[in-house]
Amino acid sequence: MATVRLCHLYPDQMNIYADRGNIAVFRQRLAWRGHRLEVTDAGPGVEPSPDHDLWYLGGGQDRDQTMVAGDLATLKGSAMRDAADDGAAMLFVCGGIQLAGHVYVGVNGERLAGAAVLDLETTAGSSRLIGDLVIEAELDGETREVVGYENHAGRTTLGDAVRPLGRVVSGHGNDGTSGFEGAVRDRVIGTYLHGPLLPKNPWVADALLGWALAHAGEPVDLEPLDDRVEAAAHSAAVARTSHPNR
Amino acid sequence: MRTPSTVARALARSIGWLSRHAGRGGGTTVPGVILLRLRPDAVAELAGPLGRSIVISATNGKTTTARLVVAALEAVDTPIVANTAGSNLLRGVATALLDAKRPTGATGVFEVDEAAMGSVVEQLAPEVVVLMNLFRDQLDRYGELEALADGWVELVDRLPETTTLVLNADDPAIAELAHRHAKVVTFGVDDASAARAAVQHAADSTTCRNCSSPLVYERVFIGHLGHWRCPNCDRRRPPPDVSVAAFDPEGISGSSLTVATPTGPVAVATALPGLHNAYNVAAAVATASSLGLDLHTSARAIGSTGAAFGRAERVALAGHDLMVLLAKNPAGVNENLRTLVLHPDPLHLLVLLNDRTADGRDVSWIWDVDYEEIFDRVGSLTICGDRGHDMALRFRYGGFPVDRLTVHSNVGDALDAALLTMPDRAPLFALPTYTAMLELRAELVRRGVADDFWKDA
Ligand SMILES: [Zn+2]
Repeated sequence: MATVRLCHLYPDQMNIYADRGNIAVFRQRLAWRGHRLEVTDAGPGVEPSPDHDLWYLGGGQDRDQTMVAGDLATLKGSAMRDAADDGAAMLFVCGGIQLAGHVYVGVNGERLAGAAVLDLETTAGSSRLIGDLVIEAELDGETREVVGYENHAGRTTLGDAVRPLGRVVSGHGNDGTSGFEGAVRDRVIGTYLHGPLLPKNPWVADALLGWALAHAGEPVDLEPLDDRVEAAAHSAAVARTSHPNR
Repeated sequence: MRTPSTVARALARSIGWLSRHAGRGGGTTVPGVILLRLRPDAVAELAGPLGRSIVISATNGKTTTARLVVAALEAVDTPIVANTAGSNLLRGVATALLDAKRPTGATGVFEVDEAAMGSVVEQLAPEVVVLMNLFRDQLDRYGELEALADGWVELVDRLPETTTLVLNADDPAIAELAHRHAKVVTFGVDDASAARAAVQHAADSTTCRNCSSPLVYERVFIGHLGHWRCPNCDRRRPPPDVSVAAFDPEGISGSSLTVATPTGPVAVATALPGLHNAYNVAAAVATASSLGLDLHTSARAIGSTGAAFGRAERVALAGHDLMVLLAKNPAGVNENLRTLVLHPDPLHLLVLLNDRTADGRDVSWIWDVDYEEIFDRVGSLTICGDRGHDMALRFRYGGFPVDRLTVHSNVGDALDAALLTMPDRAPLFALPTYTAMLELRAELVRRGVADDFWKDA
């Protein structure tokens, strides 16, 4: 039995898009294979240890996001960057991808410094990009369709040190115009896909868990699970979109 | 006072009649839509003859509370104009006013969508505004909760001094509004035995609206509703003018309440189950109190009012009682689940999840519901809806056995499958989202066990 140590950043502030569902997927997909997830919450004022195997930051309301941003940059950014360099797995969703970048520029031009784990920056747009989102994502050299929902005002621009998670098949993605969605470096994924992301995309969950177990020094082959329900939900979501960008 | 041109009114009315008789929808808003297109301030014009009006808004409970207030007024023979068919945007109010047979001197009772309050209140100039709660709900449609709360601050700041504001003392964002208006009646729950052990996962607005400090709770009743105070400034739950002093749940068949009021306690025995309905009763009593109604008469009328369409309404179906509990946001569903565990026998559940515009297109919210609390009580589970597979995943990752998860795409099939698995006479509990509830209702009408909803809703 292996143990994955997860650092959950701001669970009380950054949780509006069912981030609890993503954590449940980590926990159950490990448990069903006889492994264990150990969760440490890192709220405001807490300086996390850089040796966690897996990190998670979800989305919050604008007010909450503004409240945690300073704390994230000063108390957590350094440990997060060290952990990312050291090969820890990370998932940043919605507000999470924005705060994981260099800076978030709000509607009134106010600048919130981020954790600078991902080479990207985000500027608030005048409208929100909302709706079902399907992308063709690449992870570990494999390409698959990943489905979810997006709801964000931020337009995210990627720098040279990250690549997009995937190409938008249907929906808006990072900025509504580039055709790209999300950002990846090493074992770090940032994305606007919620819904939540992982239950309908167990492939992404298992990629992150595989990376986390490797970081924990217990690389194991994650055996396949009975993913009938996941597959049905995934195909239902794909079937519902009209694939206008194809 | 001008009145809308008779031509516009006649046209809007005939379209409403045609719509109802052609069987397309309930015909409940089409006339209002047309009228508002012809005369944008039609609601103000049509409301002219009313004696007074009351506007009720909340994330959860506005439909039921409006019914209770209507009952209290009818008990003293007040003529009523109300939008009881559930269309609660400006156009629904317009349609209700158009359909009113004798509006002169009547009291208007309108339940209004949280985001539509600004335009409705501006046109109606109500005598009483009831603001009950704001929970996380349909982020894709309403935006963030903070933005809605800010909208209600603006609304309150524009109210004339003569308007009475009825506010929930237990909801911090609502209670904060009492600092911005002089004429206020507050309501809440005082019975400590009804409290939950801790603030729930999906709790919202747990920071002070005045100084942004995290709030401290002595007791939590529903979501973030409870006995709260700010550790940093003077904000704290005001002692309510009208409060549930005693709450005795009687399973899923109702509850007995003692409601303390400025003129003494009144007893309410209601068939509406659950603590969320105790809040609805308290809001209705507070409204009756602010209208100067006799509270014992009001309490009797409120207690004898049955459930609204989809709000714990019961339908007899093939030897079973079908109980429909609208399931549209985490706080509401958690309360329904807390009520269901009071049922002594295994629970037979029909869970329906749609993601159409009126449901919210984003189904993330189901992950903020504590379905796990009823897992060991589930006798059978049938899942249906456009996003039924998402609901199945929610149960799977909560730890529900995958072999017991079946998803149907059609309401009729789901209903048959659910009935097939159940012991004789066991009740079936349906938890549908809004449009799934309409589909379920249509299916029940097809089977001849329920009336068309626009007639009895
Ligand atoms: Zn304060």
